[in-house]
Amino acid sequence: MDTLLLSRIQFGANISFHILFPTITIALGWVLLFFKLRFNATGDQKWMDAYMFWVKVFALSFAMGVVSGITMSFQFGTNWPGFMETVGNVAGPLLAYEVLTAFFLEAAFLGIMLFGASRVKPWVHTTATFLVAFGTTMSAFWILVLNSWMHTPVGFELRDGVVHATDWWAIVFNPSMPYRLVHMLLASGLTVAFLLAGISALRLLMKDRAEGTKSTFRTGVVLGAVLIPLQILAGDMHGLNTLEHQPQKVAAMEGNWETQGNVPLLLFALPNEQTRSNDFEIGIPNLASIILKHDPDGVVPGLNDFVTAEGKVMHPPVAPVFWSFRIMVGVGMLMLVMSWAGSYLLWKRGVDDMPKYYLIGMSGMAFMGWVATLAGWYTTEIGRQPWLVQGVLTTEQAVAPVAAPMVLTTLIAYLLVYAALMLAYMGVITYMARKAAKGENLPPDPRGRGVNGNLMPAE
Amino acid sequence: MFASLDLPFIFAALMGLSILIYVVLDGFDLGVGILFPFATPAERDMMVASIGPFWDANETWLVLAIGLLLVAFPMAHGAILTQLYLPVAIMLIGLILRGVAFEFRAKAPAAHKRAWDGAFWTGSLMAGLSQGFMLGMYVMGLSWTWWHVGFAVLTAIFLTVAYSFIGATWMILKSEGALQAKAVDWAKGGIWGVVLGMGAISLATPFVSDRIFAKWFEWPAMLYLSPLPLLSGLLVILIWWKLRRLPMANDHYAWLPFVATIALFTLGFLGMAYSFFPYVVPEAITIYEAASAPESLTIILIGTLFVLPVIIAYSILSYVIFRGKATALRYD
Ligand code: HDD
Ligand code: HEM
Ligand code: HEM
Repeated sequence: MDTLLLSRIQFGANISFHILFPTITIALGWVLLFFKLRFNATGDQKWMDAYMFWVKVFALSFAMGVVSGITMSFQFGTNWPGFMETVGNVAGPLLAYEVLTAFFLEAAFLGIMLFGASRVKPWVHTTATFLVAFGTTMSAFWILVLNSWMHTPVGFELRDGVVHATDWWAIVFNPSMPYRLVHMLLASGLTVAFLLAGISALRLLMKDRAEGTKSTFRTGVVLGAVLIPLQILAGDMHGLNTLEHQPQKVAAMEGNWETQGNVPLLLFALPNEQTRSNDFEIGIPNLASIILKHDPDGVVPGLNDFVTAEGKVMHPPVAPVFWSFRIMVGVGMLMLVMSWAGSYLLWKRGVDDMPKYYLIGMSGMAFMGWVATLAGWYTTEIGRQPWLVQGVLTTEQAVAPVAAPMVLTTLIAYLLVYAALMLAYMGVITYMARKAAKGENLPPDPRGRGVNGNLMPAE
Repeated sequence: MFASLDLPFIFAALMGLSILIYVVLDGFDLGVGILFPFATPAERDMMVASIGPFWDANETWLVLAIGLLLVAFPMAHGAILTQLYLPVAIMLIGLILRGVAFEFRAKAPAAHKRAWDGAFWTGSLMAGLSQGFMLGMYVMGLSWTWWHVGFAVLTAIFLTVAYSFIGATWMILKSEGALQAKAVDWAKGGIWGVVLGMGAISLATPFVSDRIFAKWFEWPAMLYLSPLPLLSGLLVILIWWKLRRLPMANDHYAWLPFVATIALFTLGFLGMAYSFFPYVVPEAITIYEAASAPESLTIILIGTLFVLPVIIAYSILSYVIFRGKATALRYD
């Protein structure tokens, strides 16, 4: 394998691992703030219990996010020097602002949020919790600005092959940024909603009848039910925006080879780049044209438009984009069914009377947000190939001249470390849930924070 | 308004500042990890508790330093990091291991705690060694010859011991009783790493290039520079003298070794900065050749001027909140 392919696999593996944890911390920070504010307002111990359990999941996820993030920021230099050399004038300031306005904020106040409750006034602690949640969201904002700009670059000019910024406003608010930011923040919210509901369902199945668990379960199901329609709507608008700016990506998502009208929505197909057609197509007639152009006869761009006269393919590999898009949307539909059914059951029968099969199903959904998020990112990022910065820089031009065996070595090392950490992470979360379900972490004293009976060591 | 500013110089200074802050801050918490094998399980909990609220923010200075290198000197960024590909990867894996071990050791089933302690130690050691190795390679001009690698192996060992030394002085400040007495012994055992490390780099750098040699040994520069080695020597003597008396009644002077060590690291750093200026890739690319476009640097500078003081303020706030002797870490 050559350096380019290995570097791509390495980058893809690293960022895939990284994004799992921000996806949790971004929204979980706000959920913790919610638990805390509910506790402040009602004094009801169940909110504190919920906070105490989930703050541990947060701390663990945060650490995983931080260490894998540091790896990411070095890889620009070690593996993709061409990236910074060409677009550094745009990417640099955006990354710098992320460090300055987000990373320091979350890192410094995380210490106070986690370990400072007994050392500062309650409002300082609540503020620290807010600042951590705010910091993670700011971080998502800046990195998504950069990532969107890589998909829809504007506000710059090329001088001697190097990008120079001309309009920062246009760069920050580039055409796909609002869609990507909204879609990603909602993805984070959904991931956490199903994590809360799924882990609580698991605890309910283990006969954990603590009020904190029930409230968390309700919070998760209802949050999911509220966010998923918004996400479907946002996703649809995101797709229309992409159709305008990166039609080749939408063509790959739809598996549509020829520019034409009356395009069906494919439910199943095996895109074949040799024959440049699909095998085993099953689709709903006209639906893709209706979704994308709001007209059954609407003409939808096809992949064959993106092959140069010399036969060079300038569209992304079709099958991975086609399939990852279907996985994301499929999980989205599953989320819709599960969260709405759950809300209905909660309303009709209450949390004490949830059917067992539903709880089993829901605990199976605990990490579904990850599946959809990764599938979404694969759609987006593979859909941009062969470009790294759409129309400006190809991935091939950016790669470092490091020897392939060297990249292979580090790739294997990262994969081993990440696989081990993933096992440990999942293992510890289930372990904590089991321990909490047995009540080992729920001291009986209901007198509120700061009273001895309520103190829990950070473990 | 910023047109007349020497932007490359300002950014080199900012980058230097964040590297220095990183080396001091993550230096002590890496050092605490490196000292793990010498502590009992209960002492380890205390040691982790003393760095718990800080390690993440400490590491962020590394992200800022690498970020500034990347944004201000994109040409140098690629040149340095591709040359240091392997040590960087080792450092990153080390930082990953210790960062997560920190959480896992407290949350995993008790039976796994020892294994996570091992990961914490290994990770800290990997990070310290690889940083020292990169320092040595950098001083030697980033070329992979046997001679240079040999030197880098030496600096790797010295920096690791120096980290364990500043970690020990931090523990003197943050602990009491038996652990504090132990920390004093650790510090006594580690000070040679600082002395030899600074000595090796000071002796080697002037011989790497005639330019650096001339900068140091020309009259009157030699006169102006003489305080650097003199003060460093005095600080080492001061630290040694205090270490022999610590711990003292009422915890007097428990802060002194740590503060003096920071001063020592700073002096060493100033000396290096003086040697290498104006080069960012030693003897190959100057900060002026590597700098990115002034418009982009200006945009960053404006933000930095507003945000950096705030960052420093709340970082200090966090050290103030968690001042005093370390206590068990709790979430409430
Ligand atoms: C949508 C959100 C998102 C995305 C796409 C990325 N990150 Fe990230 N990152 C975060 C959201 C985030 C976060 C929520 O802010 C994290 C996760 C946990 C944490 O501590 O902060 C974080 C941590 C984090 C850190 C550690 C910060 C610290 O020390 O506190 C670094 C250096 C990076 N990231 C760098 C990157 C790079 C170079 C990326 C892309 C190539 C990237 N992240 C993608
Ligand atoms: C966080 C979610 C993200 C995921 C899961 C993700 C995933 C991927 C994947 C799978 C590829 C490989 C595509 C291919 O080569 O076929 C890729 C490419 C790339 N992405 Fe992303 N990406 C994410 C976000 C970002 C962000 C925020 C940036 C930069 C700001 C970025 C920069 C890049 C770069 C530089 C490449 C080119 C290297 C390569 O092809 O592997 N990505 N990404
Ligand atoms: C069910 C309806 C959904 C639709 C129609 C939809 C649509 C889209 C589209 C068109 C893209 C590609 C954007 C591009 O062209 O670059 C995308 C990306 C993405 N999707 Fe979805 N999506 C849906 C559900 C979900 C769900 C349930 C999640 C996660 C919980 C999710 C997470 C993501 C993420 C993380 C990305 C990549 C980041 C981005 O480009 O915003 N999506 N989605």
